[in-house]
Amino acid sequence: MENILPLEAERKKKIRRITVLSILAILILLTFIISMNTGYSSLSPMEVIRTFFGMGTEKQSLILFEFRLPRIIVAILVGAGLAVSGCILQGISRNALADPGILGITTGAGLMVVLFVSFYPSNTAAPVLFLPFLALVGGSLTALLIYKLSYKKHHGLLPSRLILTGIAVAAGISALMTILTLRLTPQKYDFVAVWLAGTIWGTSWEFVLTLLPWIIVLFTFIFYKARILDVLNFGDKLATGLGVPVEKERLKLLAAAVGLAASCVSVSGGIAFIGLIGPHLARRLIGPHHQFLLPASALAGALLLLVADTLGRTIMQPSEIHAGIVVAIIGAPYFLYLLARSKA
Amino acid sequence: MSKSMEVTEQSSQQLNLRSRPLAATIILVLGSFTVLFGLALSISVGAADIKLSTVWEAIFRFNPDVTQHSIIQELRLPRSLADIMVGASFSVAGAIMQGMTRNPLADPGILGINAGAAFMLAFCFAFLPGISYNSLILFSFLGAALATGLVYGTGFLVRNGLTPVRLVLAGTAVSALLMALSEGIAIHFKLSQDLAFWRAGGVAGVKWEQVTTMFPWVVAALVGALLLSRSITLLSFGDEVATGLGQRTKPAKLFGAIIVLVLAGVAVSIVGPIAFVGLIIPHLTRYFVGIDYRWIIPCSAVLGSLFMLLADIGARMINPPYETPISALFALIGVPFFLYVARKEGREL
Repeated sequence: MENILPLEAERKKKIRRITVLSILAILILLTFIISMNTGYSSLSPMEVIRTFFGMGTEKQSLILFEFRLPRIIVAILVGAGLAVSGCILQGISRNALADPGILGITTGAGLMVVLFVSFYPSNTAAPVLFLPFLALVGGSLTALLIYKLSYKKHHGLLPSRLILTGIAVAAGISALMTILTLRLTPQKYDFVAVWLAGTIWGTSWEFVLTLLPWIIVLFTFIFYKARILDVLNFGDKLATGLGVPVEKERLKLLAAAVGLAASCVSVSGGIAFIGLIGPHLARRLIGPHHQFLLPASALAGALLLLVADTLGRTIMQPSEIHAGIVVAIIGAPYFLYLLARSKA
Repeated sequence: MSKSMEVTEQSSQQLNLRSRPLAATIILVLGSFTVLFGLALSISVGAADIKLSTVWEAIFRFNPDVTQHSIIQELRLPRSLADIMVGASFSVAGAIMQGMTRNPLADPGILGINAGAAFMLAFCFAFLPGISYNSLILFSFLGAALATGLVYGTGFLVRNGLTPVRLVLAGTAVSALLMALSEGIAIHFKLSQDLAFWRAGGVAGVKWEQVTTMFPWVVAALVGALLLSRSITLLSFGDEVATGLGQRTKPAKLFGAIIVLVLAGVAVSIVGPIAFVGLIIPHLTRYFVGIDYRWIIPCSAVLGSLFMLLADIGARMINPPYETPISALFALIGVPFFLYVARKEGREL
């Protein structure tokens, strides 16, 4: 009875999804190339390609492989990680405005990084591998606090309370950070200020290698859970009826979201709004099914941060605008637009 | 005409039932004395402790040859007077906003007005270095107005206006935007550290020039707030009730908004974008004196001054000789309070 037409529609949807994902991927590739040849010393696209295949001068390959490439890869990983984290948060809270930055998870992770920087002796090299763990602790504690405060017995997680609590907790943590940062030596202060503004500061291969395992493990877990996110969208009652242990699954997913946000933030600083815009764009392009929404969010987030970082490096040369600032300048109006469009 | 008078009569009677003039009078009188005492205390506490009797002498029998006298005249007195004016300004601004918008979470800091003023100041530091303090204040108003326009502009675009929660979200987004812009300016013009100390919120470096410049603005705005207080009470019942009681809501709201912008703008230009004072104090005041803004506004001013003075003394005493940033101090008190208000009134949000 319902044979040909739905099948046809299904096929069209599939094509559309594949197209969207490929277009995003192509855009990332294009930005990648543009980003490769912009910067303090510019290389022409041909030079980039030649150097890429090992035919450039020593200086060119140094610039490309030791400075630009790791930074670009970190930007892509962080953008993808933050966007997926936001996508999960929006899914489990059923609140379209959730974002690890707005909810304060980023700030909590940041506090730990700032604490670490202010108490770590500055004359020895900092163990980079350690930062994601610290950020994770901070992010988790914050998430736990927000979850506890916005959870109400018999009502579950209250969306509006979640966001208000997040904003308030973020304000409190920022206050603690202010107290800490004003006592730092000028050198450490500069580092922290740059970190807070949200810049890709982890620009060596070491950071790529630190971040990569987190992203791979958590992405695998989350994509595996895509179905659960779809079911949670129906609301707690229906999800329970469908046999999903709601609270348990929600906590697992929350933990994954926190893990992603914290590990990303530990190398990129306080970048907000990526986790908000990425999933929104993706949802508009590809629909609400998490199986496709998650990869689309990842691509959209990666693209956004890469564009923001590239723009930040080029608009006002020689001084650099941090990616976090560019993202906020784009993200905040978008957020307001979403807010104005949403039903009051 | 007579009918509307009658209605007004009734409404005042209703008001009297739910307001507590006695408590308000006590707050005004006792509060003012405590402010005076706090002023003396605040002048005497600091890196160099000075006896209260010396404070008295420095003010009323000033002798320029005594070092302590000049410390008091040059540093401590302007600082403490600034505390008083700033505290009163933020609190009254918060009270007016909460009353007019019927939003229990309204506060110049939370709704982004402070960030707007802060942005304009960053702009001035970068592009107009060395402008007079008076013009700085004017730019600060402009920034505050810009942010308010953005936040409430978003509200206008929604058919039924924004709920308190959404207004807070709009405020957060506008703050984030304006902060990012100021940050960008600061980093580009290498003003980061200058701005950071100012933004942390402090009255430490306040000069007489600033105090005397801000004084007329604050006084005028506070008088305006008092004149408007009855209309605010009516507005706090809701637009329909207010209109029914003969209140012309549009001019009242416009006037109220201007007062808020002046108060917040001036205060931010002195101490930086401090949040939460304007949230806490009006709530506390309403708890004591009831719902009549003719009492709430003066009492908020007194309690706000007192709170700010005490907080500033606290900021100096927590970890001497360092000063703890006062904005951080307020946030640490203010955040739990914000959560409490959000929970208590959660159903209406």
